[in-house]
Amino acid sequence: MELHNHGNGAVVDVHAHDHHHDEHEHHEDGFIKKYIFTEDHKTIAKQFLILGLIWAFMGGAMSIIFRLQLGFPEMTLEWLRPILGTWINETGKLEQEKYLALVTMHGTIMVFFVLTAGLSGTFSNFLIPLQVGARDMASGFMNMLSFWFFFLASVVMFTSLFLETGPASGGWVIYPPLSALPEAVPGSGAGMTYWLISMALFIVSSLLGGINYITTVINMRTKGLSFSRLPLTIWAFFLTAIIGLLSFPVLFAAALLLIFDRSMGTSFFLSDIYIGGKALHHQGGSAILFQHLFWFLGHPEVYIVLLPALGITSEIIATNARKPIFGYRAMVGSMIGIGVLSFIVWAHHMFVTGMNPFLGTIFMLLTLIIAVPSAVKAFNYITTLWKGNIIFTPAMLFSIGLVSLFISGGVTGIVLGNNALDIQLHDTYFVVAHFHLVMGSASFFGMVAGVYHWFPKMFGRMMDEKLGYVHFWITFIGVYLVFFPMHYIGIAGFPRRYYSFSTFDFSKSYTDLNMFISAAAILTFSAQALFAFNFVYSIFRGRLAPLNPWGSNTLEWTTPRVPGHGNWPGAIPTVHRWPYDYSKPDADKDGFTDFIPQDVPFSQTPNSNFEHENELIAKQEGKKSDQKSH
Amino acid sequence: MVTVIFGLIGLLILGVFLLLFRVQSLVTILRNTDERGGLSNRINGALMLLVPLAGFFAAVYHYPIAAKNFLPEASSVHGKETDSLFWITLTVITLMFLITNAGLFWFAFKYQYKEGRKVVFFADDHKLELIWTAVPAVIMTVLVLYGALIWNRAMMQEPPKNVQVVEVMGKQFAWQVRYPGKDGKLGKYDFRLTNDATGNEFGIDFEDKNAEDDFIPREIHIPVNKPVLLKIRARDVLHSVFMPHFRVKMDAVPGMPTQFMFTPTKTTADMRSQLGNPNFNYELACTEVCGKGHFAMRFLIVVDDEDDYKKWLTEQKPFLEDKPEFKGKGMKSLRKKSVASNEEIKTKKDI
Repeated sequence: MELHNHGNGAVVDVHAHDHHHDEHEHHEDGFIKKYIFTEDHKTIAKQFLILGLIWAFMGGAMSIIFRLQLGFPEMTLEWLRPILGTWINETGKLEQEKYLALVTMHGTIMVFFVLTAGLSGTFSNFLIPLQVGARDMASGFMNMLSFWFFFLASVVMFTSLFLETGPASGGWVIYPPLSALPEAVPGSGAGMTYWLISMALFIVSSLLGGINYITTVINMRTKGLSFSRLPLTIWAFFLTAIIGLLSFPVLFAAALLLIFDRSMGTSFFLSDIYIGGKALHHQGGSAILFQHLFWFLGHPEVYIVLLPALGITSEIIATNARKPIFGYRAMVGSMIGIGVLSFIVWAHHMFVTGMNPFLGTIFMLLTLIIAVPSAVKAFNYITTLWKGNIIFTPAMLFSIGLVSLFISGGVTGIVLGNNALDIQLHDTYFVVAHFHLVMGSASFFGMVAGVYHWFPKMFGRMMDEKLGYVHFWITFIGVYLVFFPMHYIGIAGFPRRYYSFSTFDFSKSYTDLNMFISAAAILTFSAQALFAFNFVYSIFRGRLAPLNPWGSNTLEWTTPRVPGHGNWPGAIPTVHRWPYDYSKPDADKDGFTDFIPQDVPFSQTPNSNFEHENELIAKQEGKKSDQKSH
Repeated sequence: MVTVIFGLIGLLILGVFLLLFRVQSLVTILRNTDERGGLSNRINGALMLLVPLAGFFAAVYHYPIAAKNFLPEASSVHGKETDSLFWITLTVITLMFLITNAGLFWFAFKYQYKEGRKVVFFADDHKLELIWTAVPAVIMTVLVLYGALIWNRAMMQEPPKNVQVVEVMGKQFAWQVRYPGKDGKLGKYDFRLTNDATGNEFGIDFEDKNAEDDFIPREIHIPVNKPVLLKIRARDVLHSVFMPHFRVKMDAVPGMPTQFMFTPTKTTADMRSQLGNPNFNYELACTEVCGKGHFAMRFLIVVDDEDDYKKWLTEQKPFLEDKPEFKGKGMKSLRKKSVASNEEIKTKKDI
């Protein structure tokens, strides 16, 4: 019934659905059905967003605490005792094992809860039905489950913070044996069990979501919305969901085997271990096998995080440059290329694990190939700005910032992807700086840009632009101040996850730079309060949003100010053109300004149509007369 | 008292900001000034140029100060090679970084909104796209080939006959090393023989004759200009051998021995005089998170000239000399013991 896009029978289908929809409007859903266990994709998106943002602030605060330790090692953290309790030891310092716990939680939270659930969960849910012209997701129920599994995962992870032995502390990559043996670090006791349960729930959430996104994009596009007319946002969400669907189960397998090793005495990842004064019975397992399984998800995960941000950026840059995105096909092609390649580069995280050095060469080759589609994307963004007419909305600022961060973090990938150079730089701050720019900050900028851009559609009100400008400039400058100098520290060989650098002669330098980075991190984090205030304030008191505040072409702006369940009160609009007809020559002669929305048929714009578009009209008319003659 | 005053001042400032914000947003609504291309747009446009420029000059100014502590002096054969590749790559990516960012921010500044600007409807250009697909592809190919060459030379050589073998074992939270002794062969080991209480921390199997002259020093000594083969393992969790000056890094994995071969080119004394630092020492650190003491697994490495090295070797006493009780004990005696204890348990059960 919901296959609107297939052939001419669509009209009937839409009516059938409309009827169904009208029935809904007769009875008001109760509070619980409307806001808590809702099946409406827009409300679910907001749930993902708000929970994601809460996590983002917690993950950020954790990084500030360990940055204090790294930047100001002499400082007493006694004043944090009310929050951290026994994590602060008698001398007023952060407990060493809890430092590792903070690093681990910061990574886990940011990668999975903020940049996967908070980003994909929010915008895939919100934009897919609105931009493909569907009443809702393919399965509203599964969509609801997807959020509540994420919520459960969040609860479990949050609870683990309060365990006496602390949360998981073996780094977000949870390499065994460290993560398998409670004797090795206290966080590998109950904390690790909680971590594994939480991640298992999270994977379920992300699979339920992903299946829904894929199904909706394939089956529920409105009439006329062919794949070649999909907004780049939808392309990005679609590919992200496919990548997630193929890679998350592998992490699930790894987690499951680790659970077996931990509690059932199996030896998948453990072998030849002597710890706590005794030799363990485990033999024949391989710790490296876990790393292969982990990075088989872990690397695609980078693109699961990044692609939605790039999709959002494509849409925002084209809209606010008032210019079609340059090289639409190349953009889609490079995303597909990145998606495919992301599955065959995982072992570049493992060049110095003792893996066969010949394999290292193969993975270096495959890794550096990814630089090519990434470069194409960067060039296309820049060319989109060229000879445009740019309006700097906060969303646009963050999108331009994203492109800059994507480039700056991307180029250092060329260094790290080269295995000969990775020998020295592996597990140093160079890596930390690299992925925080290209994956952390860039994706975070994409998320924030998306919030500023689609806030009017989410809440029917505008966010304050001036606060947005200030937020952007402090954040943008702050992120560079934090992560640019961090490369220097990495080049000097400072290893990651070190509680203190004073043990070694080679890492005695740069105390001032570490202090500087910490100060910049505090500044950047504080600036996010502006965003939090703007966000909450605007939900309730923001200016009422116009229907199409940015002059955008995509379908979501054809809905009412606050779209209800079902999105369009009347029939679903039909799509007639691609989403990037900005500043089309001669559009003014057809009565349009600098944009022609996707639902405007070519027949209404005879003056601005290109030759092939006129041919399309002719063809369609030919079809119609054919049908009439039947 | 001071905190209260600071708190009050903070609250006051916050209140003022809130008030200003409210006034500002109301004025915006009243004047409806947020049409395209207003003052805000021009300010943001100007910042698109000024901020990156300021960042560029700050980085240029700071670079020489920071660069003093970059890559520590390389003192291995392959380290010199990876360093040159590093600087070449860094030059290439700095150029890429500058060109693309310059384009991005210059266009953002130059094409900021202007009433009536003619926007070019420029949707694609295959020639252009072909160029910027091909250029990165060519650059990448060169870097891959160069990298593969150096990697193969560093990592895929067969160890020569005269190689100096040193076993490095990581544990929580220290490194330990074992030398093969006069016979040049390390004795076998088994993790089940490990016993900190009796002193066999390596789990050496002394039924193997090769183990009899193995010795366990407090520092690593290696001869200059001679290949050294590190046999690397861990006995509890993952560790990673990192010798920053030799550009050596290799994980230590329980149950899977790894190795790394390198040739040091400068003695510790050479480095001390070259760097003008009489306290300089080569160091070994851990770079795979391994728990509480991860940041403190320091071990010293001394590179000697040939004479000093020989002298040092003769001073080392085999492990068995200190602990003669281990002589001849290995897996067989362990098995006997465990069979005996099993039977004991059995008989106890039977009773």
